[in-house]
Amino acid sequence: MQWLWENRDLVFGLSLEHVRLSVIPIIGGFIACIPLGWLANRFRMTRAIQLTIFGILFTIPSLALFVTLPSVLGTKILNPINVVVALTIYAIAIMVRGAADAFASVPRDVIESANAVGFSSASRFWTVEFPLAGPVLLANLRVVSVTTVSLLSVGALVGNGALGYLFINGYQRDFPTEIMIGIVFTLVIAVVFDQILVLIGRILMPWARRPRRSPRALMVRGAA
Amino acid sequence: MIEFHGVSKRFADGTLAVDDFSLLIPSRKTTVLVGSSGCGKTTLLRMINRMVDPTSGYVDIDGDGIAAMPPVSLRRSIGYVMQNSGLLPHRKVIDNVATVPLLTGVPKKEAHARALELLDTVGLDRSLADRYPSQLSGGQQQRVGVARGLAVNPNILLMDEPFGAVDPIVRADLQHELIRLQRDLDKTVVFVTHDIDEAFLLGDQVVILQVGAHIEQQGAPSDILANPANEFVADFVGSARGKRRLMVDETADSRGDDLVLIDGAGYPAGVVDAPGGVLPGAGSSPKSRSISNKTDQAGDA
Ligand SMILES: Nc1ncnc2c1ncn2[C@@H]1O[C@H](COP(=O)(O)OP(=O)(O)O)[C@@H](O)[C@H]1O
Ligand SMILES: [Mg+2]
Repeated sequence: MQWLWENRDLVFGLSLEHVRLSVIPIIGGFIACIPLGWLANRFRMTRAIQLTIFGILFTIPSLALFVTLPSVLGTKILNPINVVVALTIYAIAIMVRGAADAFASVPRDVIESANAVGFSSASRFWTVEFPLAGPVLLANLRVVSVTTVSLLSVGALVGNGALGYLFINGYQRDFPTEIMIGIVFTLVIAVVFDQILVLIGRILMPWARRPRRSPRALMVRGAA
Repeated sequence: MIEFHGVSKRFADGTLAVDDFSLLIPSRKTTVLVGSSGCGKTTLLRMINRMVDPTSGYVDIDGDGIAAMPPVSLRRSIGYVMQNSGLLPHRKVIDNVATVPLLTGVPKKEAHARALELLDTVGLDRSLADRYPSQLSGGQQQRVGVARGLAVNPNILLMDEPFGAVDPIVRADLQHELIRLQRDLDKTVVFVTHDIDEAFLLGDQVVILQVGAHIEQQGAPSDILANPANEFVADFVGSARGKRRLMVDETADSRGDDLVLIDGAGYPAGVVDAPGGVLPGAGSSPKSRSISNKTDQAGDA
Protein backbone atom coordinates (compact mmCIF):
# COMPACT_ATOMS: atom_id res chain seq x y z
CA MET A 1 0.00 0.00 0.00
CA GLN A 2 2.82 2.29 0.98
CA TRP A 3 4.52 1.54 -2.33
CA LEU A 4 1.32 2.14 -4.25
CA TRP A 5 0.83 5.53 -2.57
CA GLU A 6 4.37 6.60 -3.30
CA ASN A 7 4.11 5.50 -6.92
CA ARG A 8 0.53 6.53 -7.55
CA ASP A 9 1.45 8.75 -10.47
CA LEU A 10 3.32 5.93 -12.16
CA VAL A 11 0.53 3.38 -11.59
CA PHE A 12 -2.16 5.84 -12.63
CA GLY A 13 -0.24 6.76 -15.77
CA LEU A 14 0.36 3.11 -16.66
CA SER A 15 -3.33 2.33 -16.09
CA LEU A 16 -4.40 5.12 -18.43
CA GLU A 17 -1.88 3.86 -20.96
CA HIS A 18 -3.30 0.35 -20.52
CA VAL A 19 -6.83 1.55 -21.20
CA ARG A 20 -5.71 3.57 -24.20
CA LEU A 21 -3.66 0.78 -25.80
CA SER A 22 -6.30 -1.91 -25.30
CA VAL A 23 -9.38 0.08 -26.36
CA ILE A 24 -8.08 0.52 -29.90
CA PRO A 25 -7.62 -3.21 -30.65
CA ILE A 26 -10.97 -4.07 -29.05
CA ILE A 27 -12.91 -1.54 -31.10
CA GLY A 28 -10.80 -2.12 -34.22
CA GLY A 29 -11.21 -5.88 -33.98
CA PHE A 30 -14.96 -5.50 -33.53
CA ILE A 31 -15.36 -3.23 -36.53
CA ALA A 32 -13.20 -5.46 -38.72
CA CYS A 33 -15.22 -8.51 -37.72
CA ILE A 34 -18.56 -7.14 -38.89
CA PRO A 35 -17.82 -7.37 -42.63
CA LEU A 36 -15.63 -10.46 -42.11
CA GLY A 37 -18.34 -12.26 -40.16
CA TRP A 38 -21.00 -11.27 -42.66
CA LEU A 39 -18.88 -12.52 -45.55
CA ALA A 40 -18.01 -15.75 -43.75
CA ASN A 41 -21.65 -16.42 -42.99
CA ARG A 42 -22.71 -15.59 -46.53
CA PHE A 43 -20.08 -17.52 -48.46
CA ARG A 44 -18.83 -20.82 -47.15
CA MET A 45 -15.50 -20.50 -48.94
CA THR A 46 -14.67 -17.17 -47.30
CA ARG A 47 -15.41 -18.63 -43.93
CA ALA A 48 -12.91 -21.47 -44.46
CA ILE A 49 -10.26 -19.10 -45.79
CA GLN A 50 -10.73 -16.60 -42.94
CA LEU A 51 -10.65 -19.25 -40.27
CA THR A 52 -7.43 -20.68 -41.73
CA ILE A 53 -5.66 -17.34 -42.05
CA PHE A 54 -6.58 -16.10 -38.60
CA GLY A 55 -6.07 -19.55 -37.11
CA ILE A 56 -2.46 -19.44 -38.33
CA LEU A 57 -1.96 -15.83 -37.21
CA PHE A 58 -3.26 -16.75 -33.79
CA THR A 59 -0.68 -19.52 -33.37
CA ILE A 60 2.19 -17.03 -33.79
CA PRO A 61 3.45 -16.37 -30.25
CA SER A 62 2.62 -12.85 -29.20
CA LEU A 63 6.23 -11.97 -28.45
CA ALA A 64 7.32 -13.13 -31.90
CA LEU A 65 4.62 -10.96 -33.45
CA PHE A 66 5.65 -7.94 -31.36
CA VAL A 67 9.27 -8.19 -32.52
CA THR A 68 8.57 -8.98 -36.19
CA LEU A 69 5.88 -6.35 -36.77
CA PRO A 70 8.34 -3.41 -36.79
CA SER A 71 10.09 -4.83 -39.84
CA VAL A 72 6.75 -5.57 -41.54
CA LEU A 73 5.24 -2.17 -40.74
CA GLY A 74 8.52 -0.26 -40.99
CA THR A 75 8.06 1.13 -37.49
CA LYS A 76 10.56 1.47 -34.63
CA ILE A 77 10.55 -1.39 -32.15
CA LEU A 78 9.45 0.88 -29.31
CA ASN A 79 6.54 2.36 -31.26
CA PRO A 80 3.24 1.43 -29.51
CA ILE A 81 1.66 0.93 -32.95
CA ASN A 82 3.32 -2.49 -33.05
CA VAL A 83 1.54 -3.71 -29.96
CA VAL A 84 -1.76 -2.19 -31.06
CA VAL A 85 -1.55 -3.85 -34.47
CA ALA A 86 -0.59 -7.20 -32.98
CA LEU A 87 -3.44 -7.09 -30.49
CA THR A 88 -5.89 -6.10 -33.22
CA ILE A 89 -4.84 -9.16 -35.21
CA TYR A 90 -5.44 -11.34 -32.15
CA ALA A 91 -8.79 -9.67 -31.52
CA ILE A 92 -9.90 -10.46 -35.06
CA ALA A 93 -8.53 -13.99 -34.79
CA ILE A 94 -10.49 -14.61 -31.60
CA MET A 95 -13.65 -13.00 -32.88
CA VAL A 96 -13.90 -13.93 -36.53
CA ARG A 97 -15.49 -17.32 -35.96
CA GLY A 98 -17.86 -15.89 -33.38
CA ALA A 99 -18.86 -13.08 -35.72
CA ALA A 100 -19.79 -15.60 -38.41
CA ASP A 101 -21.76 -17.53 -35.78
CA ALA A 102 -23.44 -14.30 -34.73
CA PHE A 103 -24.80 -13.66 -38.21
CA ALA A 104 -25.74 -17.32 -38.52
CA SER A 105 -27.74 -16.98 -35.29
CA VAL A 106 -30.20 -14.58 -36.91
CA PRO A 107 -33.35 -16.65 -37.47
CA ARG A 108 -33.86 -17.57 -41.12
CA ASP A 109 -37.60 -16.81 -41.02
CA VAL A 110 -36.99 -13.31 -39.68
CA ILE A 111 -34.70 -12.58 -42.63
CA GLU A 112 -37.27 -14.05 -45.01
CA SER A 113 -40.06 -12.02 -43.53
CA ALA A 114 -37.91 -8.88 -43.74
CA ASN A 115 -37.49 -9.66 -47.43
CA ALA A 116 -41.19 -10.37 -47.78
CA VAL A 117 -42.29 -7.00 -46.46
CA GLY A 118 -39.81 -5.12 -48.64
CA PHE A 119 -36.56 -4.36 -46.84
CA SER A 120 -33.75 -3.50 -49.24
CA SER A 121 -30.57 -5.53 -48.62
CA ALA A 122 -28.79 -2.59 -46.99
CA SER A 123 -31.60 -1.66 -44.63
CA ARG A 124 -32.12 -5.33 -43.84
CA PHE A 125 -28.47 -5.67 -42.86
CA TRP A 126 -28.25 -2.57 -40.67
CA THR A 127 -31.68 -2.69 -39.09
CA VAL A 128 -32.35 -6.42 -38.87
CA GLU A 129 -29.31 -8.69 -39.23
CA PHE A 130 -26.75 -6.57 -37.39
CA PRO A 131 -28.89 -5.85 -34.32
CA LEU A 132 -30.09 -9.44 -34.12
CA ALA A 133 -26.49 -10.67 -34.33
CA GLY A 134 -25.82 -8.30 -31.42
CA PRO A 135 -26.11 -10.68 -28.46
CA VAL A 136 -23.65 -13.21 -29.93
CA LEU A 137 -21.35 -10.43 -31.14
CA LEU A 138 -21.36 -8.98 -27.64
CA ALA A 139 -20.57 -12.33 -26.03
CA ASN A 140 -17.54 -12.63 -28.31
CA LEU A 141 -16.53 -9.05 -27.78
CA ARG A 142 -16.40 -9.66 -24.03
CA VAL A 143 -13.92 -12.48 -24.56
CA VAL A 144 -11.85 -10.26 -26.85
CA SER A 145 -11.93 -7.44 -24.30
CA VAL A 146 -10.63 -9.53 -21.41
CA THR A 147 -8.02 -11.24 -23.59
CA THR A 148 -6.73 -7.97 -24.99
CA VAL A 149 -6.40 -6.33 -21.60
CA SER A 150 -4.36 -9.23 -20.23
CA LEU A 151 -2.33 -9.85 -23.42
CA LEU A 152 -1.24 -6.23 -23.58
CA SER A 153 1.10 -6.82 -20.61
CA VAL A 154 3.32 -9.00 -22.80
CA GLY A 155 4.10 -5.86 -24.76
CA ALA A 156 6.22 -4.76 -21.78
CA LEU A 157 8.93 -7.05 -23.13
CA VAL A 158 9.25 -4.72 -26.14
CA GLY A 159 8.73 -1.61 -24.09
CA ASN A 160 4.99 -1.09 -24.59
CA GLY A 161 3.07 -3.11 -22.09
CA ALA A 162 1.52 -0.41 -19.93
CA LEU A 163 0.82 -2.13 -16.60
CA GLY A 164 2.98 -5.02 -17.81
CA TYR A 165 5.92 -2.79 -16.93
CA LEU A 166 5.15 -3.44 -13.27
CA PHE A 167 5.52 -7.20 -13.83
CA ILE A 168 8.94 -6.87 -15.43
CA ASN A 169 10.15 -4.22 -13.04
CA GLY A 170 8.84 -6.11 -10.02
CA TYR A 171 10.44 -9.31 -11.26
CA GLN A 172 13.81 -7.68 -11.90
CA ARG A 173 13.80 -6.03 -8.47
CA ASP A 174 12.43 -9.20 -6.86
CA PHE A 175 9.58 -7.08 -5.46
CA PRO A 176 6.29 -9.08 -5.38
CA THR A 177 4.15 -6.14 -4.21
CA GLU A 178 4.74 -4.34 -7.49
CA ILE A 179 3.75 -7.46 -9.44
CA MET A 180 0.60 -7.83 -7.31
CA ILE A 181 -0.35 -4.20 -7.94
CA GLY A 182 0.11 -4.79 -11.66
CA ILE A 183 -2.17 -7.84 -11.56
CA VAL A 184 -4.85 -6.11 -9.49
CA PHE A 185 -4.98 -3.04 -11.73
CA THR A 186 -5.05 -5.18 -14.90
CA LEU A 187 -7.92 -7.16 -13.41
CA VAL A 188 -9.83 -4.03 -12.45
CA ILE A 189 -9.50 -2.66 -15.98
CA ALA A 190 -10.69 -5.97 -17.44
CA VAL A 191 -13.71 -6.08 -15.13
CA VAL A 192 -14.60 -2.44 -15.77
CA PHE A 193 -14.41 -2.97 -19.55
CA ASP A 194 -16.57 -6.05 -19.24
CA GLN A 195 -19.19 -4.26 -17.17
CA ILE A 196 -19.24 -1.36 -19.62
CA LEU A 197 -19.86 -3.81 -22.46
CA VAL A 198 -22.66 -5.49 -20.54
CA LEU A 199 -24.22 -2.11 -19.85
CA ILE A 200 -23.99 -1.04 -23.49
CA GLY A 201 -25.66 -4.34 -24.42
CA ARG A 202 -28.50 -3.70 -21.98
CA ILE A 203 -29.08 -0.23 -23.32
CA LEU A 204 -28.86 -1.10 -27.00
CA MET A 205 -30.61 -4.47 -26.84
CA PRO A 206 -33.44 -4.22 -24.33
CA TRP A 207 -35.32 -6.88 -26.28
CA ALA A 208 -32.61 -9.48 -25.61
CA ARG A 209 -33.39 -9.70 -21.91
CA ARG A 210 -35.31 -12.72 -20.73
CA PRO A 211 -38.86 -12.53 -22.05
CA ARG A 212 -41.65 -12.17 -19.55
CA ARG A 213 -44.13 -15.02 -19.48
CA SER A 214 -46.73 -14.61 -22.18
CA PRO A 215 -49.64 -12.62 -20.83
CA ARG A 216 -52.44 -14.61 -22.40
CA ALA A 217 -55.03 -13.01 -20.18
CA LEU A 218 -54.72 -9.72 -22.03
CA MET A 219 -55.70 -11.23 -25.34
CA VAL A 220 -58.93 -9.73 -26.56
CA ARG A 221 -61.16 -12.22 -28.27
CA GLY A 222 -62.78 -11.39 -31.60
CA ALA A 223 -65.69 -9.02 -31.30
CA ALA A 224 -67.81 -10.77 -33.96
CA MET B 1 -56.79 -9.91 -60.16
CA ILE B 2 -53.68 -12.08 -60.17
CA GLU B 3 -52.94 -14.36 -63.09
CA PHE B 4 -50.42 -17.18 -63.36
CA HIS B 5 -49.62 -18.00 -66.97
CA GLY B 6 -47.92 -21.35 -67.49
CA VAL B 7 -45.55 -20.74 -64.59
CA SER B 8 -42.77 -23.17 -63.71
CA LYS B 9 -40.06 -22.97 -61.10
CA ARG B 10 -36.97 -25.12 -61.00
CA PHE B 11 -34.64 -24.37 -58.09
CA ALA B 12 -30.86 -24.32 -58.46
CA ASP B 13 -30.61 -27.81 -56.96
CA GLY B 14 -32.86 -29.21 -59.71
CA THR B 15 -36.12 -29.44 -57.72
CA LEU B 16 -39.10 -28.74 -59.96
CA ALA B 17 -41.30 -27.09 -57.33
CA VAL B 18 -43.92 -25.71 -59.72
CA ASP B 19 -44.69 -27.31 -63.06
CA ASP B 20 -46.65 -25.35 -65.67
CA PHE B 21 -49.14 -23.72 -63.33
CA SER B 22 -51.93 -21.46 -64.58
CA LEU B 23 -54.58 -19.86 -62.40
CA LEU B 24 -56.77 -16.80 -62.23
CA ILE B 25 -57.13 -15.33 -58.76
CA PRO B 26 -60.12 -12.97 -58.68
CA SER B 27 -59.98 -9.63 -56.89
CA ARG B 28 -61.65 -9.08 -53.54
CA LYS B 29 -62.11 -12.77 -52.93
CA THR B 30 -60.25 -15.28 -50.81
CA THR B 31 -58.45 -17.93 -52.81
CA VAL B 32 -57.02 -20.80 -50.81
CA LEU B 33 -54.20 -22.95 -52.16
CA VAL B 34 -54.35 -26.24 -50.31
CA GLY B 35 -52.13 -29.30 -50.54
CA SER B 36 -49.70 -31.43 -48.61
CA SER B 37 -46.36 -30.15 -47.46
CA GLY B 38 -43.85 -29.78 -50.27
CA CYS B 39 -46.38 -29.49 -53.08
CA GLY B 40 -45.20 -25.98 -54.00
CA LYS B 41 -47.69 -23.71 -52.20
CA THR B 42 -45.11 -21.39 -50.66
CA THR B 43 -43.24 -21.16 -53.94
CA LEU B 44 -46.47 -20.13 -55.71
CA LEU B 45 -47.22 -17.49 -53.10
CA ARG B 46 -43.70 -16.07 -53.29
CA MET B 47 -43.95 -15.72 -57.02
CA ILE B 48 -46.66 -13.12 -56.45
CA ASN B 49 -44.33 -10.72 -54.60
CA ARG B 50 -41.17 -11.74 -56.47
CA MET B 51 -39.44 -13.42 -53.57
CA VAL B 52 -39.20 -16.21 -56.12
CA ASP B 53 -39.00 -15.53 -59.85
CA PRO B 54 -40.44 -18.15 -62.22
CA THR B 55 -38.05 -20.12 -64.41
CA SER B 56 -40.63 -19.88 -67.18
CA GLY B 57 -44.10 -18.42 -67.58
CA TYR B 58 -45.17 -15.14 -66.01
CA VAL B 59 -47.41 -13.60 -63.38
CA ASP B 60 -49.65 -10.57 -63.92
CA ILE B 61 -51.33 -8.33 -61.40
CA ASP B 62 -54.30 -6.50 -62.87
CA GLY B 63 -52.94 -7.20 -66.32
CA ASP B 64 -49.42 -5.87 -65.70
CA GLY B 65 -46.49 -8.26 -65.74
CA ILE B 66 -44.75 -8.19 -62.36
CA ALA B 67 -41.42 -9.26 -63.87
CA ALA B 68 -40.88 -5.62 -64.79
CA MET B 69 -41.70 -4.30 -61.32
CA PRO B 70 -38.86 -3.64 -58.84
CA PRO B 71 -39.15 -6.37 -56.17
CA VAL B 72 -38.68 -4.12 -53.14
CA SER B 73 -41.46 -1.68 -53.99
CA LEU B 74 -43.71 -4.52 -55.19
CA ARG B 75 -43.31 -6.27 -51.83
CA ARG B 76 -44.02 -3.08 -49.93
CA SER B 77 -47.34 -2.83 -51.75
CA ILE B 78 -48.45 -6.38 -50.90
CA GLY B 79 -49.26 -7.65 -47.41
CA TYR B 80 -47.47 -10.83 -46.35
CA VAL B 81 -48.28 -12.91 -43.28
CA MET B 82 -46.38 -16.06 -42.48
CA GLN B 83 -46.29 -18.90 -40.00
CA ASN B 84 -44.50 -18.02 -36.74
CA SER B 85 -45.45 -14.43 -37.52
CA GLY B 86 -41.96 -13.50 -38.81
CA LEU B 87 -42.06 -10.45 -36.56
CA LEU B 88 -38.82 -8.59 -35.86
CA PRO B 89 -37.91 -9.74 -32.34
CA HIS B 90 -35.96 -6.58 -31.56
CA ARG B 91 -38.80 -4.18 -32.30
CA LYS B 92 -41.82 -3.40 -30.21
CA VAL B 93 -45.23 -4.50 -31.40
CA ILE B 94 -46.12 -1.02 -32.58
CA ASP B 95 -42.92 -0.70 -34.62
CA ASN B 96 -43.48 -4.15 -36.07
CA VAL B 97 -46.94 -3.16 -37.24
CA ALA B 98 -45.53 0.08 -38.64
CA THR B 99 -42.54 -1.63 -40.30
CA VAL B 100 -43.44 -0.91 -43.91
CA PRO B 101 -44.79 2.64 -43.44
CA LEU B 102 -41.58 3.46 -41.54
CA LEU B 103 -39.51 1.92 -44.35
CA THR B 104 -41.26 4.05 -46.91
CA GLY B 105 -40.63 7.22 -44.92
CA VAL B 106 -44.04 7.85 -43.33
CA PRO B 107 -43.42 10.09 -40.27
CA LYS B 108 -43.13 8.06 -37.10
CA LYS B 109 -46.04 9.76 -35.37
CA GLU B 110 -48.41 9.10 -38.22
CA ALA B 111 -47.20 5.51 -38.67
CA HIS B 112 -47.69 4.80 -34.97
CA ALA B 113 -51.17 6.30 -34.89
CA ARG B 114 -52.17 4.08 -37.78
CA ALA B 115 -50.51 1.07 -36.13
CA LEU B 116 -52.62 1.58 -33.00
CA GLU B 117 -55.77 1.61 -35.10
CA LEU B 118 -54.64 -1.62 -36.73
CA LEU B 119 -54.24 -3.25 -33.33
CA ASP B 120 -57.93 -2.47 -32.79
CA THR B 121 -58.75 -3.89 -36.20
CA VAL B 122 -57.15 -7.24 -35.43
CA GLY B 123 -58.63 -7.38 -31.94
CA LEU B 124 -55.53 -6.65 -29.86
CA ASP B 125 -55.47 -4.41 -26.84
CA ARG B 126 -53.49 -1.20 -27.37
CA SER B 127 -51.66 -1.85 -24.13
CA LEU B 128 -49.65 -4.50 -26.00
CA ALA B 129 -48.11 -1.87 -28.29
CA ASP B 130 -44.95 -1.49 -26.20
CA ARG B 131 -44.28 -5.19 -25.76
CA TYR B 132 -41.70 -7.13 -27.67
CA PRO B 133 -43.00 -10.04 -29.77
CA SER B 134 -41.49 -12.60 -27.39
CA GLN B 135 -43.75 -11.22 -24.68
CA LEU B 136 -46.89 -12.20 -26.61
CA SER B 137 -48.70 -15.50 -26.99
CA GLY B 138 -48.55 -17.29 -30.34
CA GLY B 139 -52.06 -16.19 -31.26
CA GLN B 140 -51.31 -12.57 -30.39
CA GLN B 141 -48.15 -12.70 -32.48
CA GLN B 142 -50.14 -13.90 -35.47
CA ARG B 143 -52.59 -11.04 -35.00
CA VAL B 144 -49.68 -8.60 -35.00
CA GLY B 145 -48.48 -10.31 -38.17
CA VAL B 146 -51.86 -9.70 -39.78
CA ALA B 147 -51.86 -6.07 -38.61
CA ARG B 148 -48.42 -5.60 -40.16
CA GLY B 149 -49.69 -7.12 -43.39
CA LEU B 150 -52.50 -4.57 -43.46
CA ALA B 151 -50.36 -1.55 -42.55
CA VAL B 152 -50.03 -0.10 -46.04
CA ASN B 153 -53.65 -0.91 -46.81
CA PRO B 154 -52.60 -3.23 -49.64
CA ASN B 155 -55.01 -4.58 -52.22
CA ILE B 156 -53.42 -8.00 -51.96
CA LEU B 157 -52.78 -10.00 -48.81
CA LEU B 158 -50.63 -13.14 -49.04
CA MET B 159 -50.94 -15.55 -46.13
CA ASP B 160 -48.65 -18.58 -45.82
CA GLU B 161 -50.07 -21.01 -43.26
CA PRO B 162 -50.51 -18.09 -40.87
CA PHE B 163 -52.41 -20.09 -38.29
CA GLY B 164 -50.47 -23.33 -38.63
CA ALA B 165 -48.51 -23.03 -35.40
CA VAL B 166 -51.19 -22.02 -32.90
CA ASP B 167 -53.39 -24.35 -30.89
CA PRO B 168 -56.78 -25.34 -32.36
CA ILE B 169 -58.95 -23.07 -30.24
CA VAL B 170 -56.87 -19.98 -30.94
CA ARG B 171 -56.68 -21.03 -34.60
CA ALA B 172 -60.47 -21.15 -34.83
CA ASP B 173 -60.59 -17.69 -33.26
CA LEU B 174 -58.14 -16.32 -35.78
CA GLN B 175 -59.95 -17.94 -38.69
CA HIS B 176 -63.25 -16.35 -37.74
CA GLU B 177 -61.54 -13.05 -37.17
CA LEU B 178 -60.13 -13.26 -40.69
CA ILE B 179 -63.59 -13.96 -42.10
CA ARG B 180 -64.90 -10.89 -40.29
CA LEU B 181 -61.95 -8.77 -41.42
CA GLN B 182 -62.35 -9.86 -45.00
CA ARG B 183 -66.04 -8.91 -44.90
CA ASP B 184 -65.02 -5.37 -43.91
CA LEU B 185 -61.83 -4.95 -45.91
CA ASP B 186 -62.53 -6.73 -49.18
CA LYS B 187 -58.92 -7.61 -50.01
CA THR B 188 -57.66 -10.04 -52.59
CA VAL B 189 -56.50 -12.72 -50.19
CA VAL B 190 -54.29 -15.61 -51.28
CA PHE B 191 -54.16 -18.07 -48.42
CA VAL B 192 -51.97 -21.16 -48.26
CA THR B 193 -52.71 -24.10 -45.98
CA HIS B 194 -52.42 -27.87 -45.78
CA ASP B 195 -55.64 -28.05 -43.77
CA ILE B 196 -58.68 -28.77 -45.95
CA ASP B 197 -61.12 -27.75 -43.20
CA GLU B 198 -59.43 -24.36 -43.04
CA ALA B 199 -59.52 -24.11 -46.83
CA PHE B 200 -63.25 -24.79 -46.97
CA LEU B 201 -63.94 -22.42 -44.11
CA LEU B 202 -62.04 -19.45 -45.52
CA GLY B 203 -62.02 -19.90 -49.27
CA ASP B 204 -64.36 -18.42 -51.84
CA GLN B 205 -62.23 -20.33 -54.29
CA VAL B 206 -60.28 -23.39 -53.23
CA VAL B 207 -57.46 -24.83 -55.31
CA ILE B 208 -56.37 -28.36 -54.44
CA LEU B 209 -52.75 -29.06 -55.36
CA GLN B 210 -50.51 -32.07 -55.77
CA VAL B 211 -46.72 -32.23 -55.94
CA GLY B 212 -45.34 -29.79 -58.51
CA ALA B 213 -48.34 -27.51 -57.87
CA HIS B 214 -50.49 -29.59 -60.21
CA ILE B 215 -54.08 -28.48 -59.84
CA GLU B 216 -56.32 -31.42 -59.00
CA GLN B 217 -59.44 -29.33 -58.70
CA GLN B 218 -60.47 -25.73 -58.23
CA GLY B 219 -63.80 -24.19 -57.40
CA ALA B 220 -66.11 -23.15 -54.62
CA PRO B 221 -65.96 -25.40 -51.55
CA SER B 222 -69.50 -26.61 -52.16
CA ASP B 223 -68.68 -27.61 -55.75
CA ILE B 224 -65.61 -29.53 -54.69
CA LEU B 225 -67.46 -31.27 -51.91
CA ALA B 226 -70.43 -32.13 -54.09
CA ASN B 227 -68.42 -33.16 -57.15
CA PRO B 228 -64.88 -34.21 -56.33
CA ALA B 229 -63.02 -34.33 -59.66
CA ASN B 230 -61.20 -37.55 -58.90
CA GLU B 231 -60.30 -40.10 -56.30
CA PHE B 232 -57.44 -38.00 -54.95
CA VAL B 233 -59.71 -35.05 -54.28
CA ALA B 234 -62.41 -37.21 -52.77
CA ASP B 235 -59.85 -38.71 -50.48
CA PHE B 236 -58.26 -35.37 -49.67
CA VAL B 237 -61.50 -33.65 -48.72
CA GLY B 238 -62.51 -36.69 -46.74
CA SER B 239 -65.75 -37.51 -48.47
CA ALA B 240 -64.37 -40.86 -49.64
CA ARG B 241 -63.85 -41.86 -46.04
CA GLY B 242 -67.36 -40.82 -45.16
CA LYS B 243 -66.06 -38.05 -42.93
CA ARG B 244 -68.15 -35.42 -44.66
CA ARG B 245 -71.32 -37.44 -45.02
CA LEU B 246 -73.37 -36.53 -42.01
CA MET B 247 -76.55 -38.23 -40.93
CA VAL B 248 -78.86 -37.92 -38.01
CA ASP B 249 -77.98 -40.32 -35.23
CA GLU B 250 -81.17 -42.33 -34.92
CA THR B 251 -79.91 -44.34 -31.99
CA ALA B 252 -79.30 -41.35 -29.75
CA ASP B 253 -82.06 -40.73 -27.28
CA SER B 254 -83.34 -37.18 -27.58
CA ARG B 255 -82.66 -36.07 -24.07
CA GLY B 256 -82.09 -32.53 -25.28
CA ASP B 257 -83.67 -30.63 -28.10
CA ASP B 258 -80.79 -31.11 -30.49
CA LEU B 259 -80.46 -33.91 -33.00
CA VAL B 260 -76.95 -35.36 -33.11
CA LEU B 261 -75.26 -35.74 -36.48
CA ILE B 262 -72.75 -38.52 -37.04
CA ASP B 263 -70.29 -39.05 -39.86
CA GLY B 264 -69.79 -42.17 -41.96
CA ALA B 265 -67.66 -43.77 -39.29
CA GLY B 266 -70.30 -43.20 -36.64
CA TYR B 267 -68.44 -40.45 -34.78
CA PRO B 268 -70.55 -37.54 -33.55
CA ALA B 269 -69.82 -34.56 -35.82
CA GLY B 270 -72.24 -31.91 -34.60
CA VAL B 271 -75.84 -31.09 -33.96
CA VAL B 272 -78.67 -29.83 -36.13
CA ASP B 273 -79.27 -26.22 -35.29
CA ALA B 274 -83.04 -26.27 -35.60
CA PRO B 275 -85.58 -26.06 -32.83
CA GLY B 276 -87.57 -29.21 -32.51
CA GLY B 277 -84.98 -31.04 -34.53
CA VAL B 278 -86.60 -30.32 -37.89
CA LEU B 279 -84.01 -30.26 -40.65
CA PRO B 280 -84.07 -26.95 -42.50
CA GLY B 281 -84.51 -28.70 -45.84
CA ALA B 282 -82.59 -29.37 -49.02
CA GLY B 283 -81.39 -25.78 -49.46
CA SER B 284 -78.51 -25.99 -47.03
CA SER B 285 -75.15 -25.95 -48.73
CA PRO B 286 -72.20 -27.77 -47.20
CA LYS B 287 -70.72 -24.43 -46.26
CA SER B 288 -73.85 -23.52 -44.33
CA ARG B 289 -72.67 -22.65 -40.87
CA SER B 290 -75.95 -23.88 -39.37
CA ILE B 291 -74.54 -27.37 -39.26
CA SER B 292 -71.66 -27.11 -36.87
CA ASN B 293 -68.77 -29.26 -37.92
CA LYS B 294 -65.71 -29.73 -35.75
CA THR B 295 -64.01 -26.54 -36.85
CA ASP B 296 -66.97 -24.38 -35.98
CA GLN B 297 -67.40 -26.04 -32.65
CA ALA B 298 -63.89 -25.05 -31.73
CA GLY B 299 -64.66 -21.53 -32.86
CA ASP B 300 -67.55 -21.22 -30.50
CA ALA B 301 -65.53 -22.48 -27.58
N1 LIG C 1 -34.99 -22.40 -52.12
C1 LIG C 1 -35.22 -23.68 -52.49
N2 LIG C 1 -34.25 -24.42 -53.05
C2 LIG C 1 -34.47 -25.69 -53.42
N3 LIG C 1 -35.63 -26.34 -53.28
C3 LIG C 1 -36.65 -25.66 -52.72
C4 LIG C 1 -36.50 -24.29 -52.29
N4 LIG C 1 -37.69 -23.88 -51.78
C5 LIG C 1 -38.52 -24.93 -51.88
N5 LIG C 1 -37.90 -26.00 -52.45
C6 LIG C 1 -38.52 -27.30 -52.75
O1 LIG C 1 -39.61 -27.07 -53.61
C7 LIG C 1 -40.71 -27.90 -53.24
C8 LIG C 1 -41.90 -27.04 -52.92
O2 LIG C 1 -41.61 -26.29 -51.75
P1 LIG C 1 -42.67 -25.31 -51.09
O3 LIG C 1 -43.17 -24.37 -52.12
O4 LIG C 1 -42.02 -24.73 -49.90
O5 LIG C 1 -43.82 -26.30 -50.65
P2 LIG C 1 -45.01 -26.12 -49.61
O6 LIG C 1 -45.07 -24.68 -49.22
O7 LIG C 1 -46.22 -26.58 -50.33
O8 LIG C 1 -44.70 -27.00 -48.46
C9 LIG C 1 -40.22 -28.77 -52.10
O9 LIG C 1 -39.78 -29.99 -52.62
C10 LIG C 1 -39.08 -27.98 -51.53
O10 LIG C 1 -38.13 -28.85 -50.95
MG1 LIG D 1 -44.87 -23.87 -47.29
